[in-house]
Amino acid sequence: MNRILIVAEHEAGKLSAAVAKCVSCAASIPDAEITIAVLAADGAAVAQAVAAIAGVARVLLVDHPANEPALAAVLAPQVARLAAGHSHVFGPSTTFGKDLMPRVAALLDAAQVSDVMTVESAQRFRRPVYAGNAIVTVEAVGGRQIVATVRVASYQAAAAGGSAKVEAVKLDVLLPTHTRFVSVTAARNDRPDLQTASRVVSGGRALGSAENFALIQRLADRIGAAIGASRAAVDAGYAPNELQVGQTGKIIAPELYIAIGISGAIQHLTGIKDARTIVAINKDAEAPIFEIADYGLVGDLFSLIPELEKHL
Amino acid sequence: MRRVLVGIKRVIDYNVRVRVRPDGSGVVTDGVKMSINPFDEIALEEALRIKERGEADEVVVISLGTDDTQQQLRTALAMGADRAILVRTDATVEPPVVARVMQKLVERENPIIVILGKQAIDDDCNQVGQMLAALWDRPQATSASKIEIKGQTARVTREVDAGLETVEVDLPAVFTTDLRLNQPRYVKLPDIMKAKKKPLDVTDLAALGVEATQRLKVLRYEPPPQRQKGIMVKDAAELVAALRQKGLV
Ligand SMILES: Cc1cc2nc3c(=O)[nH]c(=O)nc-3n(C[C@H](O)[C@H](O)[C@H](O)COP(=O)(O)OP(=O)(O)OC[C@H]3O[C@@H](n4cnc5c(N)ncnc54)[C@H](O)[C@@H]3O)c2cc1C
Ligand SMILES: Nc1ncnc2c1ncn2[C@@H]1O[C@H](COP(=O)(O)O)[C@@H](O)[C@H]1O
Repeated sequence: MNRILIVAEHEAGKLSAAVAKCVSCAASIPDAEITIAVLAADGAAVAQAVAAIAGVARVLLVDHPANEPALAAVLAPQVARLAAGHSHVFGPSTTFGKDLMPRVAALLDAAQVSDVMTVESAQRFRRPVYAGNAIVTVEAVGGRQIVATVRVASYQAAAAGGSAKVEAVKLDVLLPTHTRFVSVTAARNDRPDLQTASRVVSGGRALGSAENFALIQRLADRIGAAIGASRAAVDAGYAPNELQVGQTGKIIAPELYIAIGISGAIQHLTGIKDARTIVAINKDAEAPIFEIADYGLVGDLFSLIPELEKHL
Repeated sequence: MRRVLVGIKRVIDYNVRVRVRPDGSGVVTDGVKMSINPFDEIALEEALRIKERGEADEVVVISLGTDDTQQQLRTALAMGADRAILVRTDATVEPPVVARVMQKLVERENPIIVILGKQAIDDDCNQVGQMLAALWDRPQATSASKIEIKGQTARVTREVDAGLETVEVDLPAVFTTDLRLNQPRYVKLPDIMKAKKKPLDVTDLAALGVEATQRLKVLRYEPPPQRQKGIMVKDAAELVAALRQKGLV
């Protein structure tokens, strides 16, 4: 029996879509029994939501005022305590999971596999390295616990239909006070979320200004798409950091990805390789983005975007 | 002495198109340009700025790697680090081992801040900083895009999925860098000459009492699945028609 503990990511009482993807990954481990840990200030609603994911056997709910907003230093000792008796501890490969899971792994003296894209056995996993230029197969040795982050773009969400039991747990763990949450500034909008949207329109350096970047927004709104950006566009201040797509930004897998005025650097491409259909618009016919695009259109974006809108 | 430690990893330069060896034993490294991990350059730049603002007195760069890693440490000294420590090893060291070594050096050097990259662009692990913070039982602020030191605390803005998060931490603490924290300075020729005289200590895992235990065995390297090159369309109308036909718009 492989006993897998998944740490639930949630915010403002809402479960992250990444959690059901972690469940899919965990379920692909042979003979898996899946437990989900919800650490929250008041996590009853989140616990109910995870209990309804098919394949979840148990939900452990740890309510504590210090648990929200989530801080890795505060959550890690609690997760490490809950991990006792589990062979694996999984979290999503989001900024939440990337921050938390290595801290847990160190407390457990475990092995950590980052960005699991395929499970080959309970000890064997495939993951990308070198910005996705190589895929390695790694095997955990030495009989330690395995901590992993799940590359969410590689997995479909597990279906609904579960009815796991929720157990409230009190943990006797000393929580640090050396780290304090101050604020989060999130551009709240009603656009689809970049990481879960089925369509994404991204703009690059070629947009030239934040004002011009509105062209990308307009086109995205027209087809109900989320907005993305290259690093160059974010660095230049045309788009906020949370829209960066790529090796060090978000890894996404939409049905349709439209890259406009983006050259196609390897660090960008690694973030979109799992998109079903890639469209590229670039005035340079030699731009590397055309090497991987399903549909390429050479031309000036400033005339092509309005034309696209006309035909849509 | 207010000291800042910075991790410097020697990696294949980010401009190199990395290729898997035909036998799957690794990636091609012969004749390939090696550099400081870009996130570590940003870490060093930040440490230098902290020192230049008078908030620290000394910047020490640390690397685990082969003898060749001295090149990257010399570059770091030329950028402005005061001294360097090479923990010499020919083995590939996994993040938990790197974190243990850092912890040993932290015990010896007593820094107020350790700055590492958020990830090494070879293994793309994104682990060492968080592991060190756990072993040291100190705060971590990962993916930093702004660091302000205020006496015995620091205010750090972090790039997170939702946007920008700000946390306040007590020092000492571990920070890891994101791309927009700063723009690293260029190394000037006279500084390269000066750097030759700066101290570069060489030690090893045994001297620090750390074992290079292997937790993950790499069984093989494979190239990623290649996407097929698609078709070029002649205008916007043709593009929209093609997407319509596939039911994508
Ligand atoms: C450690 C590291 C991590 C990185 N991580 C990421 C990452 O996560 N994501 C990311 O995106 N990048 C990342 N990068 C940066 C990456 O290497 C590239 O620099 C970046 O992706 C380039 O952005 P761009 O394509 O918008 O700009 P450019 O490369 O400058 O391309 C602009 C393109 O627009 C075209 N163009 C110009 N004008 C027009 C016009 N009027 N109409 C149509 N086309 C036009 C040009 O032909 C060109 O191809 C990273 C780099 C490093 C070193
Ligand atoms: N061999 C090493 N020598 C020095 N620093 C390292 C080494 N490996 C990792 N680091 C530091 O840890 C950061 C994160 O690495 P990783 O967890 O491997 O992605 C890097 O950006 C470096 O700052």
